[in-house]
Amino acid sequence: MNKINFLKPDNQNLSIYLYSGSFLFFIAVLDVFLGSFFGMNITSFLPNFISFLLPLILGIIGLHLIRIEFSGIRNLDLLNKHINTNIFNAALTLLIIFTVIKSIPPIMSWFIIDANITGDTKEACTGSGACWTYIKIWLNRFIYGMYPNELQWRINISFILLIGLAFVGLIPSEKIKKFLTLYYVVIYPIIAFILIYYLISGGSLGLEWVETGAWGGLSLTFIVSFFCLIFCFPVGMFLALGRRSQLPTVRYISVGFIEFWRGVPLITVLFMSSVMFPMFLPEDFFMDKLVRVIIAISLFEAAYVAEVIRGGLQALPRGQYDAAKSLGMGYWKMHIFVILPQALKLVIPGIANTFLALVKDTPLIFVVGLLEIVGMLNLAKTNPEWLGFAMEGYVFAAIIFWIICYAMSKYSYNLELKYKTER
Amino acid sequence: MNFKIKKILPQIVTLLAVVFVFGFFTFNAQVNMDNRGIEFGYGFLSQESSFDVQFSLIEYDGSHSYARAYLVGLLNTLLVAFIGIIFATVIGVIVGIARLSPNYLIERTAAFYVEFFRNIPLLLQIFFWYFAALRALPLPQDAEAIFGVFFLTIKGLFVPRFVWENLDIFFYSLIAAIISIVVIRNYARKLQESEGKQLPVFSISVGLLIILPLLTFLIGGVSLSFEMPVLEQIATTSFKYTGGLGLPPELIALTLALALYTATFIAECVRAGIQGISKGQKEAAASIGLTPNQILKLVIMPQALRIIIPPTTNQYLNLTKNSSLAAAIAYPDLVLVFAGTALMQTGRAIEIVSITMFTYLSISLSISVLMNWYNKSIAIKEK
Repeated sequence: MNKINFLKPDNQNLSIYLYSGSFLFFIAVLDVFLGSFFGMNITSFLPNFISFLLPLILGIIGLHLIRIEFSGIRNLDLLNKHINTNIFNAALTLLIIFTVIKSIPPIMSWFIIDANITGDTKEACTGSGACWTYIKIWLNRFIYGMYPNELQWRINISFILLIGLAFVGLIPSEKIKKFLTLYYVVIYPIIAFILIYYLISGGSLGLEWVETGAWGGLSLTFIVSFFCLIFCFPVGMFLALGRRSQLPTVRYISVGFIEFWRGVPLITVLFMSSVMFPMFLPEDFFMDKLVRVIIAISLFEAAYVAEVIRGGLQALPRGQYDAAKSLGMGYWKMHIFVILPQALKLVIPGIANTFLALVKDTPLIFVVGLLEIVGMLNLAKTNPEWLGFAMEGYVFAAIIFWIICYAMSKYSYNLELKYKTER
Repeated sequence: MNFKIKKILPQIVTLLAVVFVFGFFTFNAQVNMDNRGIEFGYGFLSQESSFDVQFSLIEYDGSHSYARAYLVGLLNTLLVAFIGIIFATVIGVIVGIARLSPNYLIERTAAFYVEFFRNIPLLLQIFFWYFAALRALPLPQDAEAIFGVFFLTIKGLFVPRFVWENLDIFFYSLIAAIISIVVIRNYARKLQESEGKQLPVFSISVGLLIILPLLTFLIGGVSLSFEMPVLEQIATTSFKYTGGLGLPPELIALTLALALYTATFIAECVRAGIQGISKGQKEAAASIGLTPNQILKLVIMPQALRIIIPPTTNQYLNLTKNSSLAAAIAYPDLVLVFAGTALMQTGRAIEIVSITMFTYLSISLSISVLMNWYNKSIAIKEK
C-alpha cells in the first residue's frame, strides 16, 4: 500500500482518489439539485453561510481529487483536460453547472409549468408564470398589424408566392442557369414589387385599398427588410466602385456620400425622412411614408455594404486587374466578369452581417409611426384590457428575431464555406 | 484626345447629376418654406426654450435657450456613451478571453452569451430592460439596501454621493503621479537599453498611483465623505429619495442594453485579435527564454492589440450612435431633446435635423481621423 497524500493525487492510488473525488462531486451537485428542484436543504443543520458555500467547497475538493495526470482512463483524462485543468477552472466549471441547475426550475415554471394559454381574456391567466393567452389573442395583430382581418389572405398569398419564386434557383437545368443572376437582381424584385403593390396595397383590379399605415407586424418587418436588402446591394456596389475609381470627382462624391451615412445614427436618418424630406419635394408631390422609410434605410445600409465590398475589392491582388486589362477588357467588362465575382465571394460574411444589422434595425421605423412587430407589442402593452404583459410580448418577439437572425448567420456561414476558394 | 474625353465626361455627368439633385431639393425647400412663411436661419437657438428636461448634467430649466437644451442633450448622449463603453469593454474583454478558454463549459457559456445577445434587435433589448425587467423592481419605500448603501428601485438607482474637500489637491497629486510614472518608464527603458538592467516598472507605477493620492489624505487636507440617499415621505403613499446621487431607470436600461449588446461585438474583436497571432510567435518567444507573462506582455498583446483596436473603436462609435435609441424610452438624449421636443416646438425641421446629424457626423469623423492616425503609427514598418 502506497502512502496516500490527499494534497497531491497521483496514479498510485487511482481508485481511492477517483471514488472519493467522484463522491464529493456527486454530493455537491445533489445538494444543489435538491435545493433547486425540491426546495430541500440537506445541509440545513449547518450555519447559513457555510451551508450556502458547501457545495462549491465540496465540489472543488472533489474535482481536485480526480485531477490525476495520465490516469490511463480516457474519459477521465478528457474531463481533466477540458473542464478541470486547475482549481480556478474547476471553480468556474462548478459555478456554471450550479447556475444552470439553479436556473432551470424558475425558467421552466415561467415558460411552461405555471403558464397559461387557455381562455380569451386576461382573467384566464391565473398562474404565476407567463400568460401565453395574451400572445395567442394578439398573434394576428403581431403578424399582420392593423391590416383588416378579412383581407389578410392577400398578404399570405403574396408571401407564399414570393417564397416559392425565391426557390427558382434550385432548378438544375443548365440552360436557365445563365439567367439566374438576371432573374434575382432584376426580375424577382419587379415581381415582388408588383405583388406588393397590387395585392397587398390594393386599390385596383377590384381589390380594396389598404393604406400603408395599417400595415404592420411581422409582415411589415419582412417587407421593409426585403426591399431594403434588394435596393441597398446595387447602390452599395456602385458606391464601392465609385470610391475606388480613378476619377477624382466620382471618388470624392462617393467618399462623401458613404462617410455621411456611416457617420449618423439610423434614427436621425428616419427623422430626416419623416420631417425634413417632405420639405425637399415639390409641393403637390406626395410620397408614401413606407416608401420614404425604405429609401432612407436602403441608402443608409448601402453605405455599409459599400465599405464591405470595397474591402473585397482591395483584397484582390493587382494581378487580376492587370490580367483582365491585358486581355483588352474595358472598365465595366473587367469588373463584371473578373473583379466583382471574386470580390463578392470574398465578402459574403461581411454582407451577411450587414443584412443582419438591417433586419435588426427595422424596429426603428416606429419613429415615423409605422408599427412592425416591436411597435405592435408596445401598442398591445398599453391596451387597458391587457396591461402588465410586457415581459411575454418581448420574450415572444425576441424568440422570433433570434430565430431569424441566427438562421441567417448560420446560412451565411454555410455560403462562406461553399464559395471558399483556395488562393 | 479620345482618352481625355473618356476620363472627363463621366466626371462632368456625375457632378451635374449631384448639382441637379441638390439644386432641385434646395429650390423645393425654398418654395415650401416661402409658402409656409418660415425663414431659414439659426436665430431660434438663442430663444427661450420653455420646456423642461427630466435629467440633465448641467443646470437647465425652461428659461434657458434652445442652444443650452442642445448642450443638455449632447452631454446626456455622451454620458450614456461613456458609461456604456466602459461596461461594454469590460464585459467584452472578459467574454472574448473566455471564448478562448480551454475549459469547454466556459467557452460554451461565452459563445451562448454572444449568440444570444447579438441576434436580438437592440431596440427590443432596451424595451425589455425598461418596460419588463426594471418595472419588476420594488417601490422606493419597499427597497432594501444593497451592501447597505445602494437602493435599486423602480424610480432608479440611488447611490451615495461623494463629498470631497480640497478636491483640487487630490487631482494635482494624481497628475504628479502620472507624470512621475512616465518619467520612470522612460528612465527604465534607457537603463535597459544601455545597461541591460530591468526595473520593476509595473509595481513602482502602481505604488506611486496609490501612495501619492493617499498622502494627500494624510497631510494635504483632502477628505472624502459620503452623502447617503435618504427615504422621504412626500405624501401618504408617495416616497422618494433625497440626497445622494440618483440615476434614472431610463439611463440604467439604456446603458445595460447598450453594454450587453456591444460587448458581444467587442468579444468577437478580442477573440479574433488573439487568434490572429500565429502560434509561431508564441513558440519563438518561449524559445528565447521569455516567461509566460513576458510572452503575453511583450509579444502577444502588442500584436493582438494592433488587430483588436481598430474594429473595437468602430464598435465604440456604433455604441455612441446607437445611444440615440434613447428616444424610444424617453431618456433625454440629443435626439429626444433636440430633434424631438425642440423640433416640435419650433417646427424648424431642416435646421434642427441638420444640426443633429452634423453633431453625430463630427463625433464619428473626428474619431475616424484619430483612428487612421493611430493605425498609421502602429502599422508594421516593413523595409
